[in-house]
Amino acid sequence: MFKVLEPGFFTTIQDAGRKGLRDKGVPSSGYLDIKSAQMVNSLLENNSGDAILEITMTGPTLQFEEPTFIALGGAEMPAYVNKELLINNEVRQIDSGDVLSFGKLKNGFRTYLAIKGGIQSAEILGSRSYFKPLTERSRIKSGDEIPYSPHSDFHPKISSIKTNSHLKQKHLDVFPGPEFSALDAESKVKIFDSAFTIAKDYNRMAYQLQEKISAHRISMITSANLPGTVQLTPSGKLIILMRDGQTTGGYPRVLQLKESSISVLAQKKFGDKIFFKQV
Amino acid sequence: MSKYPISLKLFGEKAILIEWPAEVSESILYDILAFAEHLRSDQLDASLWELVPAYNSLTLICSKKIKDTDQLIEQLKGWYNGVKSLVPVKRQLWKLPVCYDLEFGIDQETVASTLELSIDQIIEIHTKPVYTVYGIGFLPGFMYLGGLSDELKIPRKESPRLHVPKGSVGLAGQQTGIYPQESPGGWNIIGNCPIPIFSVGEDKPCFVSVGDRIKFYPITRAAYDLYKIETQVGIYKIEHSIVDV
Repeated sequence: MFKVLEPGFFTTIQDAGRKGLRDKGVPSSGYLDIKSAQMVNSLLENNSGDAILEITMTGPTLQFEEPTFIALGGAEMPAYVNKELLINNEVRQIDSGDVLSFGKLKNGFRTYLAIKGGIQSAEILGSRSYFKPLTERSRIKSGDEIPYSPHSDFHPKISSIKTNSHLKQKHLDVFPGPEFSALDAESKVKIFDSAFTIAKDYNRMAYQLQEKISAHRISMITSANLPGTVQLTPSGKLIILMRDGQTTGGYPRVLQLKESSISVLAQKKFGDKIFFKQV
Repeated sequence: MSKYPISLKLFGEKAILIEWPAEVSESILYDILAFAEHLRSDQLDASLWELVPAYNSLTLICSKKIKDTDQLIEQLKGWYNGVKSLVPVKRQLWKLPVCYDLEFGIDQETVASTLELSIDQIIEIHTKPVYTVYGIGFLPGFMYLGGLSDELKIPRKESPRLHVPKGSVGLAGQQTGIYPQESPGGWNIIGNCPIPIFSVGEDKPCFVSVGDRIKFYPITRAAYDLYKIETQVGIYKIEHSIVDV
């Protein structure tokens, strides 16, 4: 196991998420930036759905109790094993007693820490992903002890990789959503012609955008949402649902993000600009 | 079984949205559920697909990218129109106890004065109908119930509460429902149901399904405490019966 000495701003355990319970109102959860999560799991030759830490904005300080191998990916945040710098997408051997700590976020918003064999915390409804109140916790806390199986013999086929990063990508690839056709002509143009800024309310449930498009009176009966659904409120505000987002809603679904663009958005923070690009 | 004109749309790269006429109607809901059952048991690979029914729509969500979307949409139309008669699904009627004491029903007095009803009348009107579950969403286990009497129509509270206790039974617009977990919320709270609608420890975490029916009945504070303990130790049996629809 590793011990949490400092939890960081918002650090959670995430895996590929919960399946089969959306009709009971349970969101999928799981890694927001699947692309980065898959990269770190692949480097350690883990299974693609293995549980890892999702580190938001500031990093935790962790002490490892058993030998293992780790890899970091996603947002660029300098990390140190004891005092030695660890870069993203590189496999690093860990001895018992090693302390992992982080410096200041440089680029992106969410960093992923994978451990050889995956985190072995308890599964709740088929997943280790934190989602309160299904899980007791919404994030890790100081003093938590998080289990993994020790590994001291591992020869990675690839020990480090330079990736084609999506951290700097500004456009989100989208499909028209089920209610796109109900928009007025001006909004249909404006939504693709404007840059939008990430507003203060943004988290694993949803990202709100600052700039509004026209107010509307489109009414609809409550229906299903998906991760990546772009909702339009009556006042013209756009809300992009993420993986903890509610499974049903009554706001028109004007756009739907391509799966890969959820990973792009997961790396954005307050004040960042994005624009929508039709696939 | 009646047939409706349905429309099918791609919803991103992993989902298909099927819509029935835009009405809140039980016969539409049951047609959707019967078609969903047909898809689940005879047509779609249940390990790949999640089906989310709500009011007049059915959303089919695939865990992978859908390859040949046009072909699948045609197939779905064919399956809907081709099935001679969909087998009606059996639904449960759940009887849920609610304690309407003012200790839980923190907005009872406001509701009573706004609607010009006595608290006893509110309880009588609220426990009279058999409600239909048109959808489950917003929170795990949160039921969208249809069938509230017009006499209990009341707007949402102007400013939502940050913490509405778990089990709270509320009114807002044409809706009534139970908060399955503590959550922020703007509904007018008239009571509390001691039976958890969603429990993570169970094999089936949520006993209610879309299409089921709900009937509330009033209980005393003493019964509330008893049922709460009975649920915690796992001996409370929710009263229910099968209804044909």
